[in-house]
Amino acid sequence: MSEASRPVPEVTPETERYWEAAADGRLLLRECRDCGLTYHYPRALCPDCFSDDVDWLEAAGTGEVYSYSVAHSMSGWPADDLPLVVAYVELDEGPRMVTNVDCDPDEVTVGTRVEVRFVDVDADDVAIPVFVPAAE
Amino acid sequence: MASEEPVYIAGAYEHPTREAPDKSTMQLHAEVAKGALEDAGLEKDDVDAYFTAGVPEHGSGLSPLVAADYLGLDPSYADTTDYGGSSYVSHVGHAASAIRDGKCDVALITLAGRPRSRGQATGSGVRGLQTMQDSFERVYGVTNVTMYGMAAQRHMHEHGTTSAQLAEIRAAASHHAQYNEHAMYQEPVSVEDVLESRVVADPLHLLDCCVISDGGGALLVVSEDVRSTLERSCVEVLGHGEAIGHQDAGRIDLSKTAADQSGARAFEEAGLGPEHVDYASIYDSFTITVLEALEDLGFCAKGDGGKFVEGGTLRAPDGELPFNTDGGGLCSNHPANRGGMTKVIEAVRQLRGEATDEVQVDADVALAHGTGGSIGTRHGAATLVLGGEDR
Ligand SMILES: [Zn+2]
Repeated sequence: MSEASRPVPEVTPETERYWEAAADGRLLLRECRDCGLTYHYPRALCPDCFSDDVDWLEAAGTGEVYSYSVAHSMSGWPADDLPLVVAYVELDEGPRMVTNVDCDPDEVTVGTRVEVRFVDVDADDVAIPVFVPAAE
Repeated sequence: MASEEPVYIAGAYEHPTREAPDKSTMQLHAEVAKGALEDAGLEKDDVDAYFTAGVPEHGSGLSPLVAADYLGLDPSYADTTDYGGSSYVSHVGHAASAIRDGKCDVALITLAGRPRSRGQATGSGVRGLQTMQDSFERVYGVTNVTMYGMAAQRHMHEHGTTSAQLAEIRAAASHHAQYNEHAMYQEPVSVEDVLESRVVADPLHLLDCCVISDGGGALLVVSEDVRSTLERSCVEVLGHGEAIGHQDAGRIDLSKTAADQSGARAFEEAGLGPEHVDYASIYDSFTITVLEALEDLGFCAKGDGGKFVEGGTLRAPDGELPFNTDGGGLCSNHPANRGGMTKVIEAVRQLRGEATDEVQVDADVALAHGTGGSIGTRHGAATLVLGGEDR
């Protein structure tokens, strides 16, 4: 899909490391040292216990499609990038994340095994994690 | 334990317009406020509390001040809770609490909007990034309709729900809309019609989605002291509950909504259960919104919603649980892309015996449920249990 068409995420001090890691080809999660929760999207304080003692954890980048939908038409998105597969991918570490599965809509269903890829955007030091069906 | 003092809805008014190119949104707020006052038999000066949520086109949190200024209100109590479409259902509950606390006696709630005239992109457009979460969601091109599509897809996966079952919901709403002279779409549609409409976001078809309309509505919630002065039949607020559902740190469950909590809280306060409900107004941004809410509110077991809606269950007047007898957001009206207000209004009509003749239910207890935001990410859920005056 057209990389230039994607909105550029807002990079903040709280999320900078996540986006920089993505630009470096790594998918990061956060893990709470106090209660053990592994979570996404990144937040400075654990959303279960409010501990600020949270680590960055590199995800394996594999998981399965928890759910998906296909946009056949969408204002504000280039027509040649449609249909667009949007999905929740359940990572093998646990968290479900909103993403795209970059493939023909016929290749995806609930439960499809997927692996991460990174798409460049119009900003330095930022890339967006998306997924593709895993190699057999 | 909640105070026992009864609180009532004394006035309810739905703007008849569905497209208002020559009126301002604030004008619609004023017209619905006036309509609700006339319905109740109250005067503008009687209003001592004001409730409204944001006006989407303002894009700021100060819309309630703009509205109070325009309307010339001088309230002693104000509440600007904004959960999207569920806001106006929650406002009724908040007004009841404020009245029981002695803060006010006549609470005015208004909603208005002109998304149709403004050509406002609704469910299918990419929006700009505003919230922190948008950088993790909207960068993927997700929209309201694909989010609800994902909920439907997951519900189908877990429970075997079918597109034909979702279509039953639209078909029932359209059956009711044919009797509503103000409904945007009055033509009855069949399950097959829904399935043959184009797919907007798998597995949702165009006819699984609500209308885009201009319009608005208003409610007046009053104390027992005020009600005793009125000749108008009033509706008692028996129970109210709210909840917020969200990403839950990555544990989101797309097959359910926070209606399981808001409904349980409302029924507990009312001392009633789903089995006592004669009529239900269920927020219907999409057919899946209704299906999940029916399960979560306890009208059937989780996962049985598809079977529950088959066979005319939702059709007035003879179905087991007549719903959205005005045609709902799917067929009649969805002002400001926020459907909670019209849900309460139709429940009030049913309990007063003022629904359209063909769909009037013999109703003593009604439920109104609002869902705001997106069940695919984060949403408000607000539930009211309402009782007729002579029940
Ligand atoms: Zn923690």
